[in-house]
Amino acid sequence: MSKYIASAAIRGANSIYQEADQLLQKVLTEKGPETPVQFPSTAYYLPVINGFTGIEVSKLGDLPPVLDHAKKLLHPVPRESLWTPYLGEALDCGVATLFAEETIMGIKYALGEQPEKLDGYPDLVTAGGEGYCNGPIDDVQLRAWGIQLVDGRMPGFCALIGCAKSNQVAVQLVRELQRRNILVFLSGNVNGRSIIHQLLEEGVEMGYDTYIIPFGTDTIATIYPAGFATRSALTFGGLKAGQAREMLIYNKFRVFAFALALGEVDDLKYATAAGAINYGFPVIADTVIPEVLPTGVTEYEHVISMPFDDIEGKDDLERAERLIARCIEVRGVKVTIAEIPIPVPYGSAFEGERVRKDDMRVELGGKKSRAFEYLLMKDPDEIEDGKIELIGPDFDDVEEAGAMDVGIVIEVGGRKMQKDFEPVLERQIHYFLNAASGVQHIGQRDIAWIRISKAAADKGFTLKHFGEIVYARFKGEPWNSIVDKAQVKLITDPEEMKKWIELAREAYSERNVRVAGLTDDAVEEFYSCTLCQSFAPTHVCVISPQRLGLCGAYNWLDCKAAHQINPTGPNQPIPKGESLDPEVGRWSGPEEFVHSHSNQTVEHVTMYSIMTDPMTACGCFECMVLVIPEANGVMIVSREDPSMTPSGMTFSTMAGMFGGGLQTPGAMGVGKYYLTSPKFISADGGFKRVVWMSSFLKESMPEEFKAVAESEGIPDLIDRVADERNVTTVEELLPWLEQHHHPALQMDPIM
Amino acid sequence: MAKSHKTIDPAAKAMLEKAAELEITTAFDRVDEMKPCPIGSKGQCCKNCAMGPCRLTKEGQVGICGATVETVAARNLARAIAAGAAAHSDHGRDMAFVLHGAATGEAPGYQIRDEFKLREVARDLGLEVEDRTKEEIAIDVAEKALAEFGKQSGELTYLARAPKKRQEIWRELGIAPRGVDREIVEILHRTVVGNDQDPEHILDQGMRAALGDGWGGSMLATDISDILFGTPSPLVTQVNLGVLREDEVNIVIHGHEPTLSEMVVAAVRDPEMIEYAKSKGAKGITLAGICCTSNETLMRQGVPSAGNFLDQELAILTGAVEAMVVDVQCIFQSLVDLAENYHTKVITTSPKAKITGALHMEFDEHRAPEIAREIVKTAIDNYPNRGSTYIPDMQENMVPGFSHEYVRYMLGGYYRGSLRPLNDAIMAGRLRGVAGVVGCNNPRVVQDEAHFEIVKEFLKNDVLVVQTGCGALCNAKYGLLQGEALEVAGPGLREICETVGIPPVLHVGSCVDNSRILTVLAEMATEGGLGDDISDIPGVGIAPEWMSEKALAIGTYFVASGAYVIFGVKSPVEGSEAVTDLISRRWEEKTGGKLEFEPDPKKIVKKSLEHIDKKRAALGLPEYDPARFGQSGDRRWQAWLKAREEGAEVSLYSMAGVPAGEE
Repeated sequence: MSKYIASAAIRGANSIYQEADQLLQKVLTEKGPETPVQFPSTAYYLPVINGFTGIEVSKLGDLPPVLDHAKKLLHPVPRESLWTPYLGEALDCGVATLFAEETIMGIKYALGEQPEKLDGYPDLVTAGGEGYCNGPIDDVQLRAWGIQLVDGRMPGFCALIGCAKSNQVAVQLVRELQRRNILVFLSGNVNGRSIIHQLLEEGVEMGYDTYIIPFGTDTIATIYPAGFATRSALTFGGLKAGQAREMLIYNKFRVFAFALALGEVDDLKYATAAGAINYGFPVIADTVIPEVLPTGVTEYEHVISMPFDDIEGKDDLERAERLIARCIEVRGVKVTIAEIPIPVPYGSAFEGERVRKDDMRVELGGKKSRAFEYLLMKDPDEIEDGKIELIGPDFDDVEEAGAMDVGIVIEVGGRKMQKDFEPVLERQIHYFLNAASGVQHIGQRDIAWIRISKAAADKGFTLKHFGEIVYARFKGEPWNSIVDKAQVKLITDPEEMKKWIELAREAYSERNVRVAGLTDDAVEEFYSCTLCQSFAPTHVCVISPQRLGLCGAYNWLDCKAAHQINPTGPNQPIPKGESLDPEVGRWSGPEEFVHSHSNQTVEHVTMYSIMTDPMTACGCFECMVLVIPEANGVMIVSREDPSMTPSGMTFSTMAGMFGGGLQTPGAMGVGKYYLTSPKFISADGGFKRVVWMSSFLKESMPEEFKAVAESEGIPDLIDRVADERNVTTVEELLPWLEQHHHPALQMDPIM
Repeated sequence: MAKSHKTIDPAAKAMLEKAAELEITTAFDRVDEMKPCPIGSKGQCCKNCAMGPCRLTKEGQVGICGATVETVAARNLARAIAAGAAAHSDHGRDMAFVLHGAATGEAPGYQIRDEFKLREVARDLGLEVEDRTKEEIAIDVAEKALAEFGKQSGELTYLARAPKKRQEIWRELGIAPRGVDREIVEILHRTVVGNDQDPEHILDQGMRAALGDGWGGSMLATDISDILFGTPSPLVTQVNLGVLREDEVNIVIHGHEPTLSEMVVAAVRDPEMIEYAKSKGAKGITLAGICCTSNETLMRQGVPSAGNFLDQELAILTGAVEAMVVDVQCIFQSLVDLAENYHTKVITTSPKAKITGALHMEFDEHRAPEIAREIVKTAIDNYPNRGSTYIPDMQENMVPGFSHEYVRYMLGGYYRGSLRPLNDAIMAGRLRGVAGVVGCNNPRVVQDEAHFEIVKEFLKNDVLVVQTGCGALCNAKYGLLQGEALEVAGPGLREICETVGIPPVLHVGSCVDNSRILTVLAEMATEGGLGDDISDIPGVGIAPEWMSEKALAIGTYFVASGAYVIFGVKSPVEGSEAVTDLISRRWEEKTGGKLEFEPDPKKIVKKSLEHIDKKRAALGLPEYDPARFGQSGDRRWQAWLKAREEGAEVSLYSMAGVPAGEE
């Protein structure tokens, strides 16, 4: 702190506390203490308050103790002379500020005044609704981002607070952050104008898909990013509500976030910043403010002032770029930007970007044409490294919004390359292409479907650029450790297309046979995945051919490739060792590995049982499987499903309860493709035990489930499984199952 | 020494002139008449039996029993350490008795003010705290503390607070104290005629007894005082003789223990007492402290300080002191004679310290408030007897109150408090290192001069200074214990002070509170980044104007804990080169710390900085570079604000058009 900042923060805290207290008194009188208070779609109550204090706010009457707590954290403003220390005091005031802000937002939700409606901006579409700011990020989205935060694809988040010097600067700041895959959180204003207005005026698409979240135009809305950070620790760190210090330290070391104050900084912004510093998040301002450069509470400098016009650069755009670069350095975020020689911006933040029909220049694959991707291993001597060939015409002659065929053939070679890695590498094409702004990629193999936007085409994007992207990415970290050489063919010529698609299809079916034969019994070793230990220190995934990682992102082959790429990384081979119990899937190797790599916390683990020593769960599982004893079966809820389940809990609540590296018999987090594995809880009776399943799952992989039903010998099995459309309580479940003759009712008791 | 140059304190100078005028002698005068015994002062005199005393002044000379000068010097040093450790530890023992009485209700007026600390201390002492009342816990803490003094085997419980590596070193050297009292008694036994006659072996026991003081008696004294009277946190108060009031009843409390003085504080704040004072013609009651009683009461209650050790006689010379209430340690017998010249009553209170001719009003914790009121009443009754007064109009503000708990808090608040920012500051090089500058005044050197000069140099060199005892009161007089003093600090230190809002010199308490420095050092070593033991930390301990045996005990426990300690004035073992080498080079080999005596303050600074830089290099930290830091803080912003106020065209987005100012 500087004395000025501390004074401003302490003043701001005292005044927002007063505001919260008066508001609370007023609504308590008007609405009564039983009025419900909640943020939508979160299992963490008012998350900052819950994380710090353990208090579970669910009604107005729960809030007075919160403000009492806040009041104890307030301090008087330091004297002009003969001051007593103010750093600890200002930081405490920062926490009091967060409590007051969250109290206010909780009340506003109770009053229907949040999320904030932005009049005059119907194009704004967020999770908060059309024309509304986002409000808090829901638990589902938090978890969906979890794996990216864990594996570093998403380095962290930046809270942009206030209003940029110009609209142009606002856009550039956001683009620079997106380019680095950093989540952009927007809040606050300067004299009524917010960066949210600026971006809307410039037509910047916001929402979860573009990594740009408009929380609200008030500084108070900054509480939502704080809630996101708090929940990250509770969700992925295995921390319990009330472990305030641990939660904050977790954020300091694991959540790479920072705040960028745009425009004039007032008392409330300083107070909120003091709250953020408690999390170890530094604050950078684009104006002249006092600086706090010593470190300790944060990992690097605490408060930095970079007067925008004093930043060296030929124009404001370059200054904006340098400002972001400096912010990232201050937070110590490691960002590797792949410099891809293409005419459009590139970064994971663009992965979720859609190309709508009206904006489309050309479509490759889909209904009207065909596209395929095929990656094959070749002798390095036969590869001309970096060669990108277009065989046939480009899309110049295709009519606007028309379709054309394309084949993407990638030939790679390298000393550490193996045939088994072909599909692993091939699957990356999806992520590689999607990250280009103006390119949308769906599907894989010969059902690939790619769209290129008009904007991208106008900037000069051509088919050859697919080659540039793929080549650059395979030659960058980490893939370059197995790919020594690569060349790319982009095929549009009908003859060549025909020839190559046949070759590709042969390869696909060979791979299918290989994967089908790839059973747990057929291999000598499984793989570990301890990637999530950065979040959940006692969690160890054991990944076998028939059970992929619970996040769905890593199967056995992926792990094998990842081990080649980084031999000392989180994916280590686990020799199966001696089979101790084939039924539950217990081997000596995984037992020893899990024990020693879970910090001696987890003693035993099985591969095929939910009841006997099930695998631990971190925080990023795709589905939660939970035993329903009354129904003698299990229910499966997917991350995407926010509805109430027969367990009496939503996905979020369960995830909070069973995640964080815990081993809980009767509860298990899994990847959704494990549901279709013959080894799915095979020790407990297999898929026939499934009595309830989110409709999202049924609809997202109907073919796979059909195959499972058939192999179970009950072709209409999926129809006998209830979902949230017909059953949300255990009382409703039993009659429904009886009515549909669910096989679980006839099976041996699960418990 | 010329009379004009006995002190750098202007208030003391004025009082000495006044004393000269009145032909009253003080320690400042007696020191000229009393030359130090040239043999005893060097540690060469043995009077431990009736065959002697033996004076070993010649090369190779031995005592009648054959004791060498090495043995004699080591025995004398060990006995001094024993006396010092006994003093601190007996203080700690009394605190434990008061805590016991407070918990059982047998000591009315005392209460458990810091329950949180009580529970922390209880946990550290291995006691059960869950589902128990504070009184139950306090009784256990008191009993366990008392048992630590009388413990015969094993180890002191608090040793576990030291870094693991340090504990191992103590065990390996066989100097981990078993019980506080046992080690002191063993020194007396070992140094009796015809017993332990190996200097290194004797002084190993010296370290052991000293550790029993630092990590035992003193640490318990600090902890229990905090439990009973509150853990200090920063506040504003004043220091120097100017705090005495012409028109109020002035009571000066002097000595070391907070038990009685806290009760006196309560009594003088009692409206009934204030009314009584008014009835005697005074406008109110002023309480002021001297020496460590002052440190105890100013740290917790903000009671102003009349000054440090050498100011005790000068306070009486003002003629404005109705009563000087003393308890234990550092109290001049001369006070009684001096007070004869005035109306001042010297009131002794401790069952352990009577002075011939003084009014004795014995303290008893079972009726403490009552006794305190009697004392205050006696002082008030004495007010009408006051004659002419002379109070120098000199005082300075200070911000004391830096308990180690607060230090942790101030570096991160309630939720994030830790020493991380301190370690970071040292690692980065904003702080070159840390120094504890502690200890007494000694009229053999100019009062306060060495304290002030050394600390100023440290600050200029970006060394953060912590102080206790009379050293802290000294630099408070010269304004170094307030935030404004950061102007004298180097750029990196200034930046840290401005970040946290602290003065560059932190007052951490009385001389028993040197244990707080041990706690901070132990936490710095375990926080990470500065090695894993106290001996790795770039820091030093200095006692520039020491005089008491207690200082030797403190210095020794710091050395045994791994610190480099330099004493000023002169060496009590100067007569033996071998012992001089033993406590320096040999102790460094054994403990990583060393004890040296260096009269020249400039050389003390030089040696300190060299040591700090050596430790930085050993840790692989960047070389100290004062030019690297100091950019942050309010200055640039203030320059911008000023430019705007003066009507300059300035933009929030730029420093263009803002004069460079002080930056």
